[in-house]
Amino acid sequence: MSTAAAPVAATHHEHHEMSFVRKYIFSTDHKIIGIQFLFLSLFFLLVGGLLAMTIRWQLGFPGRPLPMGGLFPQTMAPNGMILPEFYNALVTMHGTFMVFFAIMPLLVGVFANYLIPLKIGAPDMAFPSLNMWSFWLMIPAGALMVAGFFVEGGASAAGWTGYAPLSADQEYTGVSTGQVLWCLSLIVFALSSLLGSLNYITTVINLRAPGMTWFRMPLSVWALFITAILGLLAIPILAGALIMLMFDQTIGTHFFLSASGGQPLLWQHLFWFFGHPEVYILILPAMGITSDVIANGSRKPIFGYHSMVYAIIGIAFLGWVVWGHHMFQSGMNPRLGTTFMISTMVIAVPSAVKVFNWLGTMWKGDLHLHTPMLNAVAFVAMFIIGGLSGIFMANTPVDIYIHDTYFIVAHLHYVLFGGSLFAIFAGIYFWFPKMFGKLMNETLGKVHFWLTFVFYNLVFFPMHLLGMGGHMRRIYDPNQYEFLQPLAPMNKFVSISAFLLGLSQLPFMVNFLWSLFKGKKADINPWRDNGLEWTVPSPPPHGNFAHTPTVYHGPYEFSHPQAAEDFLPQNQPLPAAPLQPGGARQETR
Amino acid sequence: MNWWYPTLPPNASSFGGEIDSLFYIILYITGAVFFITEIALVWFLLKYRHREGRKAVYIEGNTTAEIVWTAIPALIVVALGLFSQPLWSRIKVDIPADAIPLRITGKQFEWHIKYPGPDGRLDTGDDFTRRGELHVVVNRTYSFALGSEDVIHSFFIPVFRLKQDALPGTSIPGWFRATETGQWEIACAELCGLGHYRMRGRVWVHTQEEFDQWQASQARPAAADTTATPPPPTRRRAP
Repeated sequence: MSTAAAPVAATHHEHHEMSFVRKYIFSTDHKIIGIQFLFLSLFFLLVGGLLAMTIRWQLGFPGRPLPMGGLFPQTMAPNGMILPEFYNALVTMHGTFMVFFAIMPLLVGVFANYLIPLKIGAPDMAFPSLNMWSFWLMIPAGALMVAGFFVEGGASAAGWTGYAPLSADQEYTGVSTGQVLWCLSLIVFALSSLLGSLNYITTVINLRAPGMTWFRMPLSVWALFITAILGLLAIPILAGALIMLMFDQTIGTHFFLSASGGQPLLWQHLFWFFGHPEVYILILPAMGITSDVIANGSRKPIFGYHSMVYAIIGIAFLGWVVWGHHMFQSGMNPRLGTTFMISTMVIAVPSAVKVFNWLGTMWKGDLHLHTPMLNAVAFVAMFIIGGLSGIFMANTPVDIYIHDTYFIVAHLHYVLFGGSLFAIFAGIYFWFPKMFGKLMNETLGKVHFWLTFVFYNLVFFPMHLLGMGGHMRRIYDPNQYEFLQPLAPMNKFVSISAFLLGLSQLPFMVNFLWSLFKGKKADINPWRDNGLEWTVPSPPPHGNFAHTPTVYHGPYEFSHPQAAEDFLPQNQPLPAAPLQPGGARQETR
Repeated sequence: MNWWYPTLPPNASSFGGEIDSLFYIILYITGAVFFITEIALVWFLLKYRHREGRKAVYIEGNTTAEIVWTAIPALIVVALGLFSQPLWSRIKVDIPADAIPLRITGKQFEWHIKYPGPDGRLDTGDDFTRRGELHVVVNRTYSFALGSEDVIHSFFIPVFRLKQDALPGTSIPGWFRATETGQWEIACAELCGLGHYRMRGRVWVHTQEEFDQWQASQARPAAADTTATPPPPTRRRAP
């Protein structure tokens, strides 16, 4: 049942003049906070990407000085030659920045903040001040993480998964302060995420506009809501594990140090018990965005809306019982392997349902291949590959060979880049006009899409083959091994493609900044979409809605036979339905 | 590595062939799904692309189709899981009892292999340890107890399709049987510190005669066993 939204009056009495600082910096407006997250996480996406290209330089051209490597200090890359300890820090920080400071805030920080209140017809989040804190905690979290590069011993070098005891005792890596900073930063990050999750859950439950029943919510809101529940339950586990790890590093506890009776596997259990739900935190919102954009681009209702919702819930639920698949070769009791193999493989089922339903949505549609749609379709195409490659490593015997190889690296990037990041681009191109009141340039958008799509595949598809050749992850110089030397040309190919993939982001940056200042003015509903956010001005005013909207139907009423146009906003009633043969009126959703 | 018809590298262990077969079975199944779905996707993109006057058909779903495409993947993945389970148990759970024992220890950044010596038993006077060198006899079953002295390593012999993490404080059992004579590499597959990339070892698979010769050449008193397991490192901090 839908509940009444906050009284309309509440949206008005805040219309007094606010100072610049209150309005744009320490703002409690969910839209400003969403945009703040957007700038911050795009910055970290850039940092993570530059780290990735540095890694690729070392792998493609081991022993050759890094171009402009002279800028690095002697402790990282003397004369441009990357040191092994710096390489490990690069690998660690690339993963950490991308997962915690780029993809996760892009999906959750940006889209949950910006979209949830607008899409459910609420004036703001349930707890606007908490929301502000959620963003402002990300600043010290990010600063602490970046600081790792500038302290003695360098940044954390134990991998983004921080496996103990490597991460727990500085004797093993030579990194002391950097490792503690890594823990501290992620603890602050966890607090920020928790505040966000609490807010999203409360807002969705309590602030839906009249008529916005659960099954009239857009799939993006469903996905963000379920993601927030995952975050609320998973992130405290990460925070707890990090505190234990930090105590091992600093005050002499030995939770994970076996030499003093600790249990190294405990870290992996805790990390992956958080980490696997985290994987779905990184993909579910992307699926939601994709669903919204594909329905819009196909001018058709989403195929099987209810099963799409159940698939989101199913993936989220199964996400709690699969963490052991990261640990098949860890020394965990191998009898557990079979259980985790079956539960993991079963995740293929809701994932397949989603893919087939997206295809069903496009089937017999009227496909408008605008930039958001191209990116959303690419999400589907790439998620198919990422999902299917997951079946290899879910299979315990096959995992023996491919575990910790580039096959895994290929898989995770097909899900996180091919999946999440294409959906993020789809979302940015789609909602940019609403956020800033300006249209992005379609031509530049398409150039960016095609270059990214081609070079992305040239980077990550060959990694499957590297993995099949046995190429281990996280090795500084593959040519140390005779059996990897024949793979050197492929490594070089991947690296060159990676640099081109990096360059392919220039059209996006130009487009983003140029459109921000000089873009064509966007009208209220440039994509002819049904969501409530498209019924208010671009950008929406403080408080969002002049009057609390009433919702009459679901969000995907495209090309309804009785409607005059091929879309029907959620605040407009369905046209009078004709009598059914049985005499009953067609049920409205 | 052929870029267009990727194949797994040569295999030299008794269970490696079965892992490879399973890999190819999954490759064929997922390959078929890949082509069907991606072709459908591209076909829809071409066929239903917007043209003047085109109107989307208002379809909200189809319960029968959804049940079918939920049930088929479910059956395939569960069947695949049950089908692969026995191989996993054979490799990781059922360690052969009558095997020649070895003790393998990871240490930043090398592998120590303790051999049972001519008597075929560990922890007797004729044991000896070699750093980074695994010598075994072809078609003989070896069992190992894998451990680590410091951080987590992962004992990886690509050509045997053998991988097992080595945990400090725990001894993990495993086994293998080499089926081809030759010389290959041992790797560490788990990030273990700045020398991780060079934690390389070598495996020799000998005929019995070759092995006996090699073992005889290694014979020396146990007291000279310089690379025996040292005592645990002293802790940096006072308790």
